[in-house]
Amino acid sequence: MNAVAEEIAAPPLVTEVAFRNFNFYYGKFHALKNINLEIFRRQVTAFIGPSGCGKSTLLRTINRMYDLYPEQRAEGELILGGKDILSRGTDIYDLRAKVGMVFQKPTPFPMSIYDNIAFGVRLHEKMGRGEMDERVEWALKKAALWGEVKDKLGQSGMSLSGGQQQRLCIARGIAVKPQVLLLDEPTSALDPISTLKIEELITDLADDFTIVIVTHNMQQAARVSDYTAYMYLGDLVEFGETDRIFLKPTRKETEDYITGRFG
Amino acid sequence: MNLHQSRYLTNRVALALSLSAMAFGIFWLMWILWTVLDLGIAGLSLDLFTKMTPPPGAKEAGGLANAIAGSAIMVGLATAIGTPIGILSGVYLAEYGQSTWLGNVTRFINDVLLSAPSIVIGLFIYAVYVAQVGGFSGWAGVIALALIVIPVVVRTTENMLILVPNSLREAVYALGARKWEVILKVTIRASKAGIITGILLAVARIAGETAPLLFTSLSNQFWSLNLNEPMANLPVTIFKFAMSPFTDWQQLAWAGVFLITLGVLAINVAARVLFQEKR
Amino acid sequence: MSMTADSMPGMAMGEEGGKMAVMPPNKPVKAVSSSLGDTIFFNITRAFALIALLMLAGIIVSLVYAAWPSIQKYGLPFVWTSDWNPPAEKFGALIPIYGTIVTSIIALVIAVPVSFGIALFLTELSPAWLRRPLGTAIELLAGIPSIVYGMWGLLVFAPIFSKYIQPPLGATLGNLPLVGKLFAGPPIGIGLLCAGIILAIMIIPFIASVMRDVFEVTPAMLKESAYGVGATTWEVVWNVVLPYTKVGALGGVMLGLGRALGETMAVTFVIGNTNFLNSASLFEPGNSITSALANEFGEASPGLHTAALIELGLILFVITFVVLAFSKLLLMRLAKGEGSKS
Repeated sequence: MNAVAEEIAAPPLVTEVAFRNFNFYYGKFHALKNINLEIFRRQVTAFIGPSGCGKSTLLRTINRMYDLYPEQRAEGELILGGKDILSRGTDIYDLRAKVGMVFQKPTPFPMSIYDNIAFGVRLHEKMGRGEMDERVEWALKKAALWGEVKDKLGQSGMSLSGGQQQRLCIARGIAVKPQVLLLDEPTSALDPISTLKIEELITDLADDFTIVIVTHNMQQAARVSDYTAYMYLGDLVEFGETDRIFLKPTRKETEDYITGRFG
Repeated sequence: MNLHQSRYLTNRVALALSLSAMAFGIFWLMWILWTVLDLGIAGLSLDLFTKMTPPPGAKEAGGLANAIAGSAIMVGLATAIGTPIGILSGVYLAEYGQSTWLGNVTRFINDVLLSAPSIVIGLFIYAVYVAQVGGFSGWAGVIALALIVIPVVVRTTENMLILVPNSLREAVYALGARKWEVILKVTIRASKAGIITGILLAVARIAGETAPLLFTSLSNQFWSLNLNEPMANLPVTIFKFAMSPFTDWQQLAWAGVFLITLGVLAINVAARVLFQEKR
Repeated sequence: MSMTADSMPGMAMGEEGGKMAVMPPNKPVKAVSSSLGDTIFFNITRAFALIALLMLAGIIVSLVYAAWPSIQKYGLPFVWTSDWNPPAEKFGALIPIYGTIVTSIIALVIAVPVSFGIALFLTELSPAWLRRPLGTAIELLAGIPSIVYGMWGLLVFAPIFSKYIQPPLGATLGNLPLVGKLFAGPPIGIGLLCAGIILAIMIIPFIASVMRDVFEVTPAMLKESAYGVGATTWEVVWNVVLPYTKVGALGGVMLGLGRALGETMAVTFVIGNTNFLNSASLFEPGNSITSALANEFGEASPGLHTAALIELGLILFVITFVVLAFSKLLLMRLAKGEGSKS
């Protein structure tokens, strides 16, 4: 869908995230097998595949969320901004400032709308009230939520509707000004209209951020992404431009999945 | 009688017995509450809150002012001391000690202490504090009550923190927050109502505790706010007066029991309402 | 392949937002990397968590220390000697221990069937609109201070008990062989039986609410399949719910027993407080460990008398600790097996 724009401007693709011989384990279970994948800057990359294929697992390695669980571990290389983030010296708090994440269900914090956005910023930057006001407004505008909440910034984030909460979470993620934004099935708990709004938002956000999205919904992947990775049972089966994957898949399994014969 | 009939008969008898058990339980409890209301309200008067407990053989009826004040002070201080300790300990169990050795042992012992005889807590404070340093004093009573508060707050805090969905924690981590920031700034806030419920339940629990005060704060016939001396309190006063042969003392005891029951029930109801609202 | 990635612990949340089959809703979260704030906070909370352990150790050590003169002088026979004569410095714990155990047994004999009936009523029989209010009432009553039960027992129940209940009991059960001895003697109201009944009334709400919680753990589908083959309500409870939850139900009973053994005020008012026992009758006044402590400790002279009383407390603590620990283990086993709430 960005094909036209790309042909006109055709900026060179820069690799933002790269998996090299990447393996992942839950205890003894080998969940991701020898993944090699490049994710390009300011493009939308979608991970698709049937339940349990490892697409969410792969997404959650990019901000090392798996670190929270003792029996999970990763091997290989995961390059972000030229550095292997699996290496010992990585400051994962700093990493998570560079990699924002939005979850399956909206997760507003138990505080006001304003504080929900300011929370992450305060963790990493010291700034005055005025500057913070600007940042909050900027993030809410980016997330297309400003118009709906600008008069009730002091209200609890829980008081918003489901779709608004999810956009609040997106705003919270981008307020920290990350390079990469991870979206883990961000619309799976939302109604169709809220879903549409989020999808439009994703397209807009790709102007500023590298976006990785996991989705169950193939139409969604086709609508919003520039690149698509199809995964099955922990293997990366096929990766390429979204249009090509959907129109001319090279692998039989991919074709079966996207034509709905399986999955 | 065929099998079918006998099965149905057994069922009916069992259900009838179950119904009578419910009625039996409710009957006693209603009776007790009714007595407390009836005799308690009869004993209510302004004197209760303004006059001191009467000395033996006094002509005047007297009141419970010193006992009410003493109870309020000791319960307040015990809650203030026990609550932060209980919350931090609960945070450890929920956030760090889920499957560690120390966490499991602590959780187990805490749950046993939760129901341990309160009179033993009184003996413990007598042995380590009253007999060694202070003599009978308000502080000894406060410490004994605080030790009863801690396990209650630990249990509810852990339960409430565990209810916080992991997805919320991950969302905070995803912003680059450190663990202590996640816990203090989000997890505890998310379970605030539940934790306050636990504190209220702890207050309700110690408000009526008599046994741990018998050997610690003792009692005091006079108005005294000095925590280094024996301190009057409602439960021990009620105990003394109810066991006495004088009718006017017994009436004061009923009034005291009424106040405690009313207070404890009110706190319990408040805790429930608070917890329900949050859900 | 038997396991898909989605069923693995800590994997990307499923649709339920973290409620997974294998994974408890809560992590174990390991320290990710060292940060000063994290280290400090972790150590502070851990230090406070140690208080429970310190309390347990403190109680045992201090009571043993304070009871030492008595332990040393009387040794083990303390437990089965019945002489309790402070002026003569003769101390034996048999009467109070006997009183504690007998009143608790009476309480359980009455409270367990009643609580079972109440729990059954609340989970299976009650109309939906009554379930909540009745359940809440039972829970609230568990919160009423025990001094209320004790005082009511002494001033209201005991006179009625001696006038209207004890005489017919003595006239009927009292004439039976063997059992009759338990119901003989003058009806004076206060005594072991009266204390046991008051204890029963007090622990009914405890046992009933634990049993209700435990019964509710039974999966609806399991019960429905039993109803589906034509079982009656009673048959479902007796053959499905109870076997499924028996460990937890027993845990609830033990919890009630722990409460009964350690209860002070509900007993002290009505047990009669005497250290002599003339017959096996439950009508006799007696003493329990807690009532002996409540009545005598304040006036005990320092030295052997105090030490002996503290040794009584130590014995009580050890007994209740064992009972409560057992109860906790049973409830934990249920929780582990069925993934229940605690």
